Amino acid sequence: MALFRRLAGLFSRSRVEREIELELREHMQMRIDDSVAQGMSRKEAERTARLEFGNPAAMRERVSAEDAALGLDGILRDVRYALRGFAKSPGFVFVAIATLALGIGANTAVFELLDAVRLRSLPIARPDELAELRIVGGNHGIGINEDNYSTFTTPMWQEIRRHHDPFSSVFAWHTEEPMVGKLSETRHVHGLEVSGEFFSVLGIRPWQGRLLGIQDEGSCELSKIVVSYPFWKSEMGGAPITPESTLMVNGKTVQVLGVTPPSFFGMIVGQQFAVAYPTCTPSNPRREYFKYSVMGRLKPGWNIAQATGYLASLSPGLFASVAPTDYDAATIQLFKSFKLEAAPAGAGISPLREHYDSSLNLLLAITGLVLLIACANLANLMLARASVRQREVAVRIALGATRGRLVRQMLIESGLLALIGAGSGIVLAQPLSRLLVHSLGTSQSPIQLNVAMDWRVLLFAAAVAAITCMVFGTFPALRSAGVDPITAIRSGERGVYGSRERFSVQRTMVVVQIAISMVLLVGALLFVRSYRNLMTLDPGMRVKGITIAYFDWDSLHIKPEDQEDFKRQLVAEVKSLPGVENAAVTSNTPLTGPTWSHEVHVDGNEGSIRFTYVSPSYLATMNIPLLTGRNFTDQDTNHAPLAVIVNQMFIRRFLKGQPLGKMVRVMPEPQYPERVMQVIGTIPDTKYNDLRIAMEPMAFVPVAQTPVTADGPWAAVMIAATNGPTVINEVRQRFAAKYPQMILQFDNYEQDVQDTLVGDRMMAMLSGFFGVLAAILVIVGLYGVLSYLLAQRRNEIGIRIALGARRGQVIGLVMRDTAKMLALGVAAGVVFALLAGHAASAMLFGLKAWDPLTLGFAVLLLAAVAIGASWFPASRASRLDPAKALRTE
Amino acid sequence: MAKNDLQGALDLLILKTLSQLGSMHGYGVAMHIRQVSGDLLIVEDGSLYPALHRMEQNSWVRVTWAVTEYGRKAKYYALTAAGKKQLAEREKNWQDVAKGVQAILRFA
Repeated sequence: MALFRRLAGLFSRSRVEREIELELREHMQMRIDDSVAQGMSRKEAERTARLEFGNPAAMRERVSAEDAALGLDGILRDVRYALRGFAKSPGFVFVAIATLALGIGANTAVFELLDAVRLRSLPIARPDELAELRIVGGNHGIGINEDNYSTFTTPMWQEIRRHHDPFSSVFAWHTEEPMVGKLSETRHVHGLEVSGEFFSVLGIRPWQGRLLGIQDEGSCELSKIVVSYPFWKSEMGGAPITPESTLMVNGKTVQVLGVTPPSFFGMIVGQQFAVAYPTCTPSNPRREYFKYSVMGRLKPGWNIAQATGYLASLSPGLFASVAPTDYDAATIQLFKSFKLEAAPAGAGISPLREHYDSSLNLLLAITGLVLLIACANLANLMLARASVRQREVAVRIALGATRGRLVRQMLIESGLLALIGAGSGIVLAQPLSRLLVHSLGTSQSPIQLNVAMDWRVLLFAAAVAAITCMVFGTFPALRSAGVDPITAIRSGERGVYGSRERFSVQRTMVVVQIAISMVLLVGALLFVRSYRNLMTLDPGMRVKGITIAYFDWDSLHIKPEDQEDFKRQLVAEVKSLPGVENAAVTSNTPLTGPTWSHEVHVDGNEGSIRFTYVSPSYLATMNIPLLTGRNFTDQDTNHAPLAVIVNQMFIRRFLKGQPLGKMVRVMPEPQYPERVMQVIGTIPDTKYNDLRIAMEPMAFVPVAQTPVTADGPWAAVMIAATNGPTVINEVRQRFAAKYPQMILQFDNYEQDVQDTLVGDRMMAMLSGFFGVLAAILVIVGLYGVLSYLLAQRRNEIGIRIALGARRGQVIGLVMRDTAKMLALGVAAGVVFALLAGHAASAMLFGLKAWDPLTLGFAVLLLAAVAIGASWFPASRASRLDPAKALRTE
Repeated sequence: MAKNDLQGALDLLILKTLSQLGSMHGYGVAMHIRQVSGDLLIVEDGSLYPALHRMEQNSWVRVTWAVTEYGRKAKYYALTAAGKKQLAEREKNWQDVAKGVQAILRFA
């Protein structure tokens, strides 16, 4: 406290001086007043007072001199001294600050991202009261999940809404991708379907107009929406909301009720919603269709555990009343045994958090290590600087400076460097973290994340800077203050060779640097190779030159039994367009799309199988060869025997003997009655929905044999064409002319597949970047230390040369030194790299963490770096003119 | 052994005065010491204010600006908890010193 006041006093020096002056003047006045009261004339009193008091200026000096005696003023003087020193060696200061800024900036940037994704709360009122309702263990694969956040069916939500005792109110929401704009230029936007309580429970106030309420629920015909602030600004020009404000959504004109405030991005961290509209309850909602995420605000006095207890007791009755009926008995029993629980939801929901949590942690560790290398470099720089100043330090000690005083001064120097470095680092962190966010986003779904400074980030940067300062500042300070003045003054500024200890400290630093950069290099190589493995992986089918076209013809009102004919014509029409090699309908786009499974019984085995419904040209379009049997034809419709083509995993896992002709029984579920299909062909294994996952048993079924109950007025068509953009234009023109009401959308398939690897790409890019940075820092560090050591040994080397040492021998002398440090560093590095690799192995694809090739390559790389960095100083030393070197002694 | 610090005597006088008067300005402190000691001890202004300033920086005293009964604006000093501790220490210290000096003087 006292120290704080003193420091504060330093910065308000003039105020302190003024106060002292005022106090002294008043003192003199009081004395005069007293003398006058005792009968002295005022003039006489003033004279006596001044005489006794002495020179007021001198007096003031004496008072403020107390500060100097307390050692306060000294701090300011040290700062000034340090700054003067910096001005004299701008090169050192530049390198130091740049290294620190990069190190601290990179750390802060990664932390900022972590903060935004994981630590920050939703921008709503009292986020800690928000709880999410869940089914313990999820829905066990029963039914259909609409999106990643779908935990409840519509009937479940209706039941929960009726029994929400622990919560003052509950709400449901789910994500959708509605089409916004006129038909010719529609595009998908992020939409939220929300129950009437949504905005009031979250405590969101309208920025313009009004938000949705209970009264807006009801009609399933979309008529009212609320838009987000960014959408309002960019799509509606920020025009004031009036009763006439409208927007085209899914081809219909709807009324815009209001705008949400700028801070509210929705429920998903990293995804800014565009429009929100009310939920509706169809008359006969599907009981196996999981759609909503349900959250609530806890009542005062309730906590998560109590709420979970209440929900658990509610569960048996609730799930019994909403269970679907079209499953086998075991599945229905499982459904009825579901249990509800509550979990905190104040931080929102984030796929970023789920996907990249470990990546971000690892990145933080990597940037931390880079900073550590930078610190080691700085420490070496400071040591070198300190040894140059040894004479100055010795003189100061001889003149009576205490050791503490000297340490303080040097710590102030490194503290200043750390402070400036941290400041620049924080500035640098902003663009860096935006770059990070950008590298995680894809063309299809950019990430909208508010990576901004907050107290956590500032605290983090400050802590990093303080630790940095301690690491690189303390040791050199202690060391140089411990110098023996007699030796130092006598030996001059060049110091003496013989105080071996200091050199071993610098060598240790270099060894540490080599060890750490070994870890970073191995990590970088692993991630780059893992990414390369993924990129070059053969998924067993064509990925290049495929365009996906999504057709939606709901508005054409085609009868269910005619849907398949319509699809057939559609594909034929697409195929006939110029530039199209082939085209096929599929229910699932592999490697990117959702998953679809059916329970099957075959050959006495049973299990869950990936099913894809495709048109006959699918195998040809995707370049999947038929191994045995026959392909589907246009005759394979619901009027013909049901057919299925299976892959090798299916055969291995489920079939005995000759696969062709085997009967596969598909178990019933809502909309999909129990059916028996005959295996008519076999194909090789292809990847299903994720490149990282091993081959799975798969079955392909003719799309024309989709149960009529499950068919719908939409289709995804894979188009094989080398020139995607022209084909997209052709398709657009053809269908816009023929069916103006049809909704069309296109995707570049190869791009889509690569977009699933952004996390791997980011890790490969960043770890590669930091690996290279680490190597550069090692070069700088090694070069600096060797140059310095050799300068110290000039005399010795001069004598060696004078006594007949050849060039090669001198170079060998230096190289042996390097080799020793390298060997030690690499040995330690391999151990750490193995430990670190073990932690990262879950994020690697197609290689193990203890990959000998990677380790060997990293060692080679480091050896090259070390030899390169020592060659220069070594060859310079070998060309030393012995006469000159000895004369300067 | 008591810390022999005659210079500390001034601090002791000031601290004790402040503890007796509660809150007082520099001139009042000087006057009080002079009057109570019957003009035996006269604190010089040149020593008083540096001492007060040092005490302020060490947080032994708390300062406030107030108007005196004669309408002068003055800086008032009052002891803090740390100041009271200092006073106790120095009082004890002084007594030890005095005892020691007495013993020396009495030695025949």
